[in-house]
Amino acid sequence: MSPEEKKQSNPAPATEPAPPAKGVKRRTVLGALASLPFFGGFFYSLYVKKSMDDARKNEILSELGLGGNKAPAILPKTTLKKKGDLVRLGWIGFGGRAEDLAVSAGFAHPDLIAEQKKAAAKDPQNKWLQTWLNQQDLNVAIVGVCDLFDVRAERGLAAASNEERPGGAKGFPGAKRYKRYTDLLEAKDIDAVVIGTPDHWHSRITVDAAKAGKHVYCEKCMTRTEDEANQVFAAVKAGNIVFQLGHQNRQQESHVQAKEIIKANILGKVTLVETTTNRNSPNGAWVYDIHPQASEANIDWEQFEEPCAAKVPFSKERFFRWRCWYDYGTGLSGDLLSHEYDAVNQILDLGIPKFVTASGGTYFFKDGRDVPDVFQAVFEYPERDLTLVYSATLANGRDRGRVFMGHDATMEVMQSLTVTAEWESTRYKDKIEKKVIDPSLPLVAFAQGAKGIDTVTSATEKYFASRGLMYTYRGGVIMDVTHLHIADWLDCIRNGGQPACNIDRGFEEAMTCHMATRSFLEGRRVAWDPVAKKIV
Amino acid sequence: MSNSTSPHPDLWRYTRIKLWALVLLRVAIGWHFLYEGIAKLLNPYWTSAGFLLESKGPLAGLFHGIVANPTALRVVDILNTWGLIAIGLALMAGFLTRLASLAGMVLLVLYYICNPPLIGTTYSAPSEGAYLFVNKNVIEFLALWVLILFPTSKIIGLDGLIFRKKSV
Repeated sequence: MSPEEKKQSNPAPATEPAPPAKGVKRRTVLGALASLPFFGGFFYSLYVKKSMDDARKNEILSELGLGGNKAPAILPKTTLKKKGDLVRLGWIGFGGRAEDLAVSAGFAHPDLIAEQKKAAAKDPQNKWLQTWLNQQDLNVAIVGVCDLFDVRAERGLAAASNEERPGGAKGFPGAKRYKRYTDLLEAKDIDAVVIGTPDHWHSRITVDAAKAGKHVYCEKCMTRTEDEANQVFAAVKAGNIVFQLGHQNRQQESHVQAKEIIKANILGKVTLVETTTNRNSPNGAWVYDIHPQASEANIDWEQFEEPCAAKVPFSKERFFRWRCWYDYGTGLSGDLLSHEYDAVNQILDLGIPKFVTASGGTYFFKDGRDVPDVFQAVFEYPERDLTLVYSATLANGRDRGRVFMGHDATMEVMQSLTVTAEWESTRYKDKIEKKVIDPSLPLVAFAQGAKGIDTVTSATEKYFASRGLMYTYRGGVIMDVTHLHIADWLDCIRNGGQPACNIDRGFEEAMTCHMATRSFLEGRRVAWDPVAKKIV
Repeated sequence: MSNSTSPHPDLWRYTRIKLWALVLLRVAIGWHFLYEGIAKLLNPYWTSAGFLLESKGPLAGLFHGIVANPTALRVVDILNTWGLIAIGLALMAGFLTRLASLAGMVLLVLYYICNPPLIGTTYSAPSEGAYLFVNKNVIEFLALWVLILFPTSKIIGLDGLIFRKKSV
């Protein structure tokens, strides 16, 4: 617009006179106070809104039995009770998960730290290294490492002697390599062992460790078969050792809160629980990388196959991707159902089901595996009037959650937690009619520290994080749940007591998973005989 | 703005309706700031962490850094809450209005650069409208600028008392 046009487009001058230039005192005061009535409007509406919100909130809280300002749950501690004496650990197995355990205990391979330093320099959002370095020193040393693949054993030794440690901890001179776990168990300088081998080795090593008086942290699934679960149970009870099964979800804040919600009976009668696994990547389906240096010369295949009834010739696929074969594990059942079951057992104290029916098939990964990649199992608890449904696929990534369905409300427990009232709830009927409770909105919500997990990179990691298996928050600080789970075990070794996933919980986990496996393999409904303690 | 060479001096003169339109704009922005601040103050669980973590764009690193440092985050939360309340009260009362408007503009710039509606950015919390470069922070920022250029607080507001001797 040219200045000319601008002039022309100006509207007609205002007709009202401007305020007089000379200020009248009274007018100035009136002017000064003229905007103040708005405050009246503001604070009155604020008061009305706040009182309504508070009344609604208090009514809901007192209805739920969560009245007052008390926090709904007491969270497990984040630091060791007492530092105590140095606990000397033997690491049996040093593959993928076993190395993760060592990292959580404060021992990372120098290459991993170098990689993470680079990652942090490239992306300031990547807080993995910082989170790790901030971990407390657990006052443990890795003094023995046993792995059947030389490269991994060496990696374990390098991690054990790394100078760079979290929590200002000092490095240790180094660990001894053992070719057989039995030699490691005989070592006088080892107090406790961490078992991160494939599942077919868990029971033998745990039983022998218990006999040798070594405390055990064992990865899930506790065992591969029913008989093995009985043997482990008997040995751990007889050996008087501290046994922790690797279900780190026990340390997850949202799960602890969920248990409190159940205790407060906010959901009403829970008749159906649905839990799921959805992954959609080769890694998520256990098609792990085969180490380029792996060969018959540096892998003790004979020992690997030792517990197996039917021996097969050397196979790198089987060695690195053992989760795909029943010879070594139980597929989805022991691998991922076990986590889901334990999370539900943690929250509901379900124990072993009366009946289990399972089905599925190998529909997507037709790569020679004999375990299914789509698997469903139904667990009946007639005494609890409850059914638990597990549904899993390794060929689709939709997040289906973990849902507890009660007559009065539904609770979804993942890394966060929400409770939503039921429209047809008996208990909340009046409140819903009075519009105090709105079933279209969460009744109780518990959010973990926003989107603070910056180091979840792979699809598989993302899956684990969403199921509460990687990180939790304590007092606003991000914590590795596996680290907390190991700390819980060490606390019990030093001070007595039972860890969060002790042998009783482990026995329930193993039997429940084995019932599902048996049902699938035998194509029939299986039952639990609680007197004979047998699957029938 | 107005000067003696303007052919239409009346255009720049405050009529009663113009004056009240500007005052209402000032009070409305003040009301919005004040309630944003009070809502945060009344919610013990409120923190800017979620908003800062959502940050995209050129300064995302800085905002993520604040969240990573608990002390910095606490300071930012307190400054933000009380800043909003002070700015809101000042704009509504017409008290130190120019300073309050400038402070409000600074906050709005920070909100904008923290989560700018650039081409190719998406945020996890869906916004209630559709924005391309211009969002409500930009509009409110420009409105505060207008209010600085067209001050009303000496006529309707406490500034009339404070600056009485100097300006009248």
